[in-house]
Amino acid sequence: MTTASPDQRLGRHELSHLDALESEAVFIFREVAAELERPVVLFSGGKDSIVLLRLAEKAFRPAGFPFPVMHIDTGHNFPEVLDFRDRRVAELGERLIVASVQESIDKGRAVEEPGENSSRNRLQTVTLLDAILEHGFDACFGGGRRDEEKARAKERVFSFRDEFGQWDPKRQRPELWSLYNGRIRKGEHIRAFPISNWTELDVWQYIQREQLEVPEMYFAHRRQVVERDTMLLAVSQWIQPRADETPFEATVRYRTVGDMNCTGAVESGAATVEQIIEEVAATRITERGATRADDRFSEAAMEDRKKEGYF
Amino acid sequence: MELLRLATAGSVDDGKSTLIGRLLYDSKAIFEDQLASVERASVQRGHEYTNLALLTDGLRAEREQGITIDVAYRYFATPRRKFIIADTPGHVQYTRNMVTGASTADVAVILVDARKGLLEQSRRHAFIATLLRIPHLVVAVNKMDLVDWDEERFHAIVADFSAFATSLLEVADVTFIPMSALQGDNVVDRSEHMPWYAGLPLLEHLETVHIAEDRNLVDLRFPVQYVIRPISGAHHDYRGYAGQVAGGVLRPGDEVMVLPSGQRTRVAGIDTYDGPVEEAFTGMSVTVRLADEVDVSRGDMIVRPDDQPSTSQDVEAVVCWMVDQPLREGGRFAIKHTTRWARAVVGDLRYRLDVNTLDRDEAATELALNEIGHLRLRVTAPLMHDPYGENRTTGSFVLVDEATNVTAGAGMIVSG
Ligand SMILES: Nc1nc2c(ncn2[C@@H]2O[C@H](COP(=O)(O)OP(=O)(O)O)[C@@H](O)[C@H]2O)c(=O)[nH]1
Ligand SMILES: [Mg+2]
Repeated sequence: MTTASPDQRLGRHELSHLDALESEAVFIFREVAAELERPVVLFSGGKDSIVLLRLAEKAFRPAGFPFPVMHIDTGHNFPEVLDFRDRRVAELGERLIVASVQESIDKGRAVEEPGENSSRNRLQTVTLLDAILEHGFDACFGGGRRDEEKARAKERVFSFRDEFGQWDPKRQRPELWSLYNGRIRKGEHIRAFPISNWTELDVWQYIQREQLEVPEMYFAHRRQVVERDTMLLAVSQWIQPRADETPFEATVRYRTVGDMNCTGAVESGAATVEQIIEEVAATRITERGATRADDRFSEAAMEDRKKEGYF
Repeated sequence: MELLRLATAGSVDDGKSTLIGRLLYDSKAIFEDQLASVERASVQRGHEYTNLALLTDGLRAEREQGITIDVAYRYFATPRRKFIIADTPGHVQYTRNMVTGASTADVAVILVDARKGLLEQSRRHAFIATLLRIPHLVVAVNKMDLVDWDEERFHAIVADFSAFATSLLEVADVTFIPMSALQGDNVVDRSEHMPWYAGLPLLEHLETVHIAEDRNLVDLRFPVQYVIRPISGAHHDYRGYAGQVAGGVLRPGDEVMVLPSGQRTRVAGIDTYDGPVEEAFTGMSVTVRLADEVDVSRGDMIVRPDDQPSTSQDVEAVVCWMVDQPLREGGRFAIKHTTRWARAVVGDLRYRLDVNTLDRDEAATELALNEIGHLRLRVTAPLMHDPYGENRTTGSFVLVDEATNVTAGAGMIVSG
């Protein structure tokens, strides 16, 4: 909570929108920590989960987090994001758990989807649910935002999951005032979304205000890419140019951090957080629409994945 | 920039989703890919025009049935304010979701179809908005294009609503706006079809309505949410009481009392991650340190000795019922009030309200799904509470079914 950024338009005893959102998120963190026995915070190394970790610091310092940090490693991550993840968690002095999709595949728990360059997005659900079971977690904090996607726009802050990890959008618990209901039976769990009410712009404004470090790929850089389905994909171990594609170098940045084989870059010259804020404020395309091949399959791709237990 | 929470309500098909689509579209908060996907879906479904309602009706079942089932949240900002909109369903069976969307709203926009006038659902929603003490109401008389922009039609609905509103408990500040959500008249831009309307278009009204005074900054209420006790050596003796201020202003040095124990002490300091602060006011999440070693835990409340809430195990409340299994006298539930859980048994159901006539049925013995009644509760632990009209946080609670863990009822305390 900072009062050091006086907004001239605010009267005495009024919170700015960022302070109001921060206070709400801190409240949610503390509610979960108080009501559930074994929470965990999911950390992807992306901007939303970077904000989540700062909010957890705001909620619990000077004490340590009353929960570990967990990354679901698809094996298709950008290497710089993994470096960043390890550095950030070490700086915080918190405990990191890495649950690996590759391990789930090796153990026969998950089966790689057929086809060249198949996405491991759906498989993450298996790894996540297995990790929840293995560690006995009863709550997972996620960085989901309601402005991201139309199914997320419907989700509660305390989102109930049954013993199969499933979300039932038609039977959500009414959620009134800030009286969150975290009561569950054994085997069930709660997904808690402290930044439900934040937009992409809020996230960047908060990153600026808090001077948070983010992985370099969010800033404009030169990269070899191919254009595929109107998206720019980085040429990598996972993405090789097809016969009809000519790779080219472009100045790009990423708006989301996902798997290398399905996260697109956008052409951008934004090299600082300030420039990103300007760009986001002016952009006419949602971050998922711009950059996530996985959400393009159908009108209800996210809803379907969430029902199965996705983040 | 200030944050304003807005809920839309009204009968099904009055145009709520269209209005939100229009607000987002005209304030440039809709993204091209969202619009393209809505356009694709509209064509697929054989709509003649781009159906902006598809922007908020995001669930498969909603698109299939063409109705809103659950609250959708949308976000947009203008240079003056940032808005969170809860688009709530109109159908009777989803009234509980409307209550959910409206519980934290600063402003409720109730849509009325100009052709149909006030319907049962519009009355119900106006009543619920009043019950939930949403401080500002906008009655948007929509589809004016279908009644030839007729001024008299508008005034007839205004008169009808006003007559209904006089019978409501305590009406908030009400504003009437004639509009066409579909064509955009009086949503963002002033309508050229209705020169007889002298008021503001909706967006300008939302940007300027005063909401800061709606909060209670007088009566200090600090429900303790979480006790912060680091186990590391450096902070070994640290003990802080974390929570969100639910009312009033707290400063270091203040004399305070911890309820329910009644122990008195002083505020030694108010901490945040960014350092100590000189005051904490309604809405802030902070950590309070106390001067003396008193016994404080989650669910307790820090207040001023000369300005205490009621502390009792009996409360009178208006309850909105939200599950199929009816509420009956003698029913037992888990209750959550501020940060405290306890158990409660339903005493006397004094009356059930007919939300259309506002008549009281004193012979009623149960509340069915979506019904509202006035009842007495006996709670296993004392609740530190205020009337809901004085404080929406310390005056509200939820009842939870202990067998299913489902949130079954929403309560607003009348007195203790
Ligand atoms: N002519 C006209 N039609 C409207 C207007 N607003 C909404 N509609 C139509 O009324 C129908 C119901 O609208 P919708 O937004 O889904 O209503 P909701 O159920 O309240 O969300 C749709 O066919 C809309 O296109 C309006 O101002 N004028
Ligand atoms: Mg609708």
